[in-house]
Amino acid sequence: MTNTTTTVTPIKISSKRSAEDRAFRGLARGAGLGTFVILFLIGLFLLIEAIPAFRSQGLRFFTNTGWQTTGPHPTFGVLSALTGSIIISIIGLAVAIPVSLATALFINEYAPAKVLGFVPVKNFLTAAVDLMAAVPSIIYGMWGFFVLQPHTTGLEQWLSTYLGFIPVFKSSTGLYTSSFLICGIIVGIMCMPIITSLCREVFSLTPNGEREGAMSLGASRARVIRDVVFPFAKGGVIGSIMLGLGRALGEAIAVAIIISLAFPINFHILQAGGNSIAALIALNWGSGGSLGTSALLAAGLVLFAITLIINMVASRIVNASMADRR
Amino acid sequence: MTSVSPPAKIAIKKIRPREFKPSDIGILALSVASSFSIVWILFFQLTLLSGALGFVVMWIPIFLFMYWLVNRQLFTRQVAIDRLIGSIVTLGALLMMLPLVLLAIFVFERGLPLLSWHVLTHTQQGVVYTPGSHDIGGVAHALVGTIEQVIIAAVLGIPAAVLTAIFINEVGGNFTKSVRVVVTAMSGTPAIVAGVFIYSIWVTRFGYSGFAGALALAIILLPTVTRGTEEVLKVVHNDLREASMALAAPEWRTVWSVVLPTARSGLVTSVLLGVAVSIGETAPLIMTIFGNQVMNTNPFSGPQMALSLLAYKQIKVPLQSQIDLGYTAALILFILVFTVFILARLLAGGAGKGKGSKRKALMARLRPTPGVAMEVMDDEADLPETEYEIEREQVSNAAQPRKGNDDE
Amino acid sequence: MTMSDSMANTETVATDRKVASSASAGTAPSLRIDGVSAAQLESVGIHAWFGERLVLENVDLVMERTKVTALIGPSGCGKSTFLRILNRMHEIVPSASLAGRVELDGDDIYDPNQRAATVRRHIGMVFQRPNPFPAMSIRDNVLAGLRFNKIRSSHKDEIVEEALVKAGLWSEVKDRQGALGGALSGGQQQRLCIARALAVKPAVLLMDEPCSALDPGSTLRIEQTIQEIAEEVTVVIVTHNMQQALRVSDKTAFFLAQDGNPGYIVEAGPTKEIFESPKDPRTADYVNGRFG
Ligand SMILES: Nc1ncnc2c1ncn2[C@@H]1O[C@H](COP(=O)(O)OP(=O)(O)OP(=O)(O)O)[C@@H](O)[C@H]1O
Ligand SMILES: [Mg+2]
Repeated sequence: MTNTTTTVTPIKISSKRSAEDRAFRGLARGAGLGTFVILFLIGLFLLIEAIPAFRSQGLRFFTNTGWQTTGPHPTFGVLSALTGSIIISIIGLAVAIPVSLATALFINEYAPAKVLGFVPVKNFLTAAVDLMAAVPSIIYGMWGFFVLQPHTTGLEQWLSTYLGFIPVFKSSTGLYTSSFLICGIIVGIMCMPIITSLCREVFSLTPNGEREGAMSLGASRARVIRDVVFPFAKGGVIGSIMLGLGRALGEAIAVAIIISLAFPINFHILQAGGNSIAALIALNWGSGGSLGTSALLAAGLVLFAITLIINMVASRIVNASMADRR
Repeated sequence: MTSVSPPAKIAIKKIRPREFKPSDIGILALSVASSFSIVWILFFQLTLLSGALGFVVMWIPIFLFMYWLVNRQLFTRQVAIDRLIGSIVTLGALLMMLPLVLLAIFVFERGLPLLSWHVLTHTQQGVVYTPGSHDIGGVAHALVGTIEQVIIAAVLGIPAAVLTAIFINEVGGNFTKSVRVVVTAMSGTPAIVAGVFIYSIWVTRFGYSGFAGALALAIILLPTVTRGTEEVLKVVHNDLREASMALAAPEWRTVWSVVLPTARSGLVTSVLLGVAVSIGETAPLIMTIFGNQVMNTNPFSGPQMALSLLAYKQIKVPLQSQIDLGYTAALILFILVFTVFILARLLAGGAGKGKGSKRKALMARLRPTPGVAMEVMDDEADLPETEYEIEREQVSNAAQPRKGNDDE
Repeated sequence: MTMSDSMANTETVATDRKVASSASAGTAPSLRIDGVSAAQLESVGIHAWFGERLVLENVDLVMERTKVTALIGPSGCGKSTFLRILNRMHEIVPSASLAGRVELDGDDIYDPNQRAATVRRHIGMVFQRPNPFPAMSIRDNVLAGLRFNKIRSSHKDEIVEEALVKAGLWSEVKDRQGALGGALSGGQQQRLCIARALAVKPAVLLMDEPCSALDPGSTLRIEQTIQEIAEEVTVVIVTHNMQQALRVSDKTAFFLAQDGNPGYIVEAGPTKEIFESPKDPRTADYVNGRFG
């Protein structure tokens, strides 16, 4: 009997499909490929339109800090905007990560399905997080500018008075509005929903057996979180935070409303004035002549490239970590 | 293993609430009060901190420390840490909700006073932004613009998104994974990049128009809806696809008549969520629709306005009445988004469907391998037929319980 | 509704179908069994792999027309795999491959010119777990196969009734055909799935443990159904229930896969013989519950 196995080879199964199925597959495949095409076109067309700007500045586009696109000697560069974006994102993540992780854990581990027998806390929180993701950034920006900012200056003043010896908390202007810190807080709030919902999803994939095994050994919830939930979720959490970072780097309108553009590179997060790529594009659109537009598109290209890399890496991490758990 | 764990889970869960006794509530209240007073004295009286944010920022760590300390003194270290983590987590969730609540209060408080029929039916045509001018105009042109742009974006983006999700989940192929990664990456591409892209590919040739804005919105909508749709398609039971195939259905039929209808409610939800997000986008509209003052109902030619862009522009006008109009535009925007969002939730057919704890069970069923599916089947407790089977066989005087075969 | 009534309807439906499918017959030249109510299915030298792993080896089995053939054997011996090979569902699994031939009245269903969909239209399948389409009504579920295959008919009502009668579900659902398919009990759902498979008038009906998710009442009901439909259609049924095999089948094939070796048929023959005077001692042990 075993001799025959060596001689028998699988037949080739003809996978002939009907014309309509081939059309259907073609359509779906076209849509799938379309995403590649769009991504490619974004890069291509931004590059084409950015050529005048790169021509004018060459590599100095990446090292210049000013933004002078008109006149006989235009000098402009993306460096200060880029550092500004990074500073805002770091502050944003510092705000968003603890709150998001805590919320995700609360929803997954702590929230009772119903409080007092009828308030569906868990579902309510989940829905609220989703709603926060849908709230327009213009509203976050307005709220940050008109409501949060007046309540923040006190803290900023205090920090610069008592902790001013730390360079980042120094403020030379004495003005505390329109600062990186406020932008960062708002951007952080805006990143919370995505980080929360992704982390929640990752946490919920923790194998039940291990969780309950630990619990039945008398582990407290804190222990279960530390020893079971976190180790399993590590990759996914890192990925979600990176996706949050991508969001933070790209936020335009909220930052544009709050910040007052200032072009010197500035690490003083409490001080008025700052810069960010996305906000720069939003604020300077339509001014600065055709070279100005080209320069903004070049800045957009830089932003696109950075977020693309971050998101690619992040989504790989997230997908991989979820794939093993499923 | 599964035969032991469930009772343990129930036992642990039931005990939890009782672990937190009334006296513990006292401890909690005490910690809150004392930390409150410490912050009040130390920071607000002695070092002159002011502002709500400062207060919250100072209060939280001090409260957590106090709470930990008290529990540490009264109970064991484990209890103290467990409670500390518990309160951090709960506080985090509260902090998360805080902005949402404050935002909602903010838009209603500031936007409601000006909301009127007049504002909804008038445009900014002929409005002069000088102090003392009585006519503040309205938002009608922006409302029309938003609606048109979002509808066009939906018409363009949703079919593409659903097809892409179908490609990833139903058709498959060599580059399914890469498409999924690209879609995720696209969903993280900043909205303003979509705007400058459409500017460079479309506006430079055809000029500003509502349609250009819709193109940008479609790009933003596409990945969101694709991912949502993919998730709901995954939840459709694979048995149904096989049943359909066994009935000789062509692939497109299986998708169109079986998979999509089965996933309908989830599908509608993910589509509406995508639409809700795109309604509020502002940044990409700056360089695509440009914005104007007058009614332009034709999305295919000339600048248009949108609610979000109007709000953005009005709050920059140094005139309180115009800033107020911006608030009103934001309120209308918020109401629109909220309505679509609630609609999405309601149509989801029961909150949390296909998510959360059920998800894993669902995921387990999705595997296309019959062998695995049957294994899962055997584990499932909701099928007590084996017992019946045995009973029946005893009745019919047979000594062949089918369980015996499975045990091998 | 009596049986003779439904037989009368069968006539109309059968002719209907002949007309409808002759239009599309050009696409599948090698399989012309339209209008034939049952056919003989024969597997010749079937081997099956999942990836590199051989799970079935050299399976020869004749499943005679209008007879019920039962496939029995311990779990994991490849019964389901074999059954799925019989209507080309096996190839859905990406890593799956096979060798050998399956002949439906002499036509090889794996012929390169043969389309899987055509094969499946003639060889229906009922699954272990009832799987009516939840978004369709009972009526639409029954008609799904016709719709999927673009078979048009002006006798939809008769087709629905006939299929439901044959599946033994008619009296229970005749007044609520508009209800969703998921709104039935498990046993009713399974009978609905049988009705759905019968509505396209297959030549062969494959059933993979159709009763394992059902209560005793529904099981008896379905066994009755199987015996009734066997008059018109060849039935192949996988079952872990020896009594069921004994009750419903005319012929039984005993599959076995030992110590990680591929599965094969130890013994096949008339059910009576397999159960009462098996030639192979392993068969005797298995049917008497001494291993499994
Ligand atoms: N999708 C698959 N991928 C890989 N191996 C599979 C797959 N499906 C089945 N197998 C393997 O093929 C062999 C035969 O499986 P099959 O499902 O045909 O057994 P069976 O006789 O139907 O068992 P049961 O009585 O439990 O249903 C088993 O060893 C199984 O592990
Ligand atoms: Mg099986």
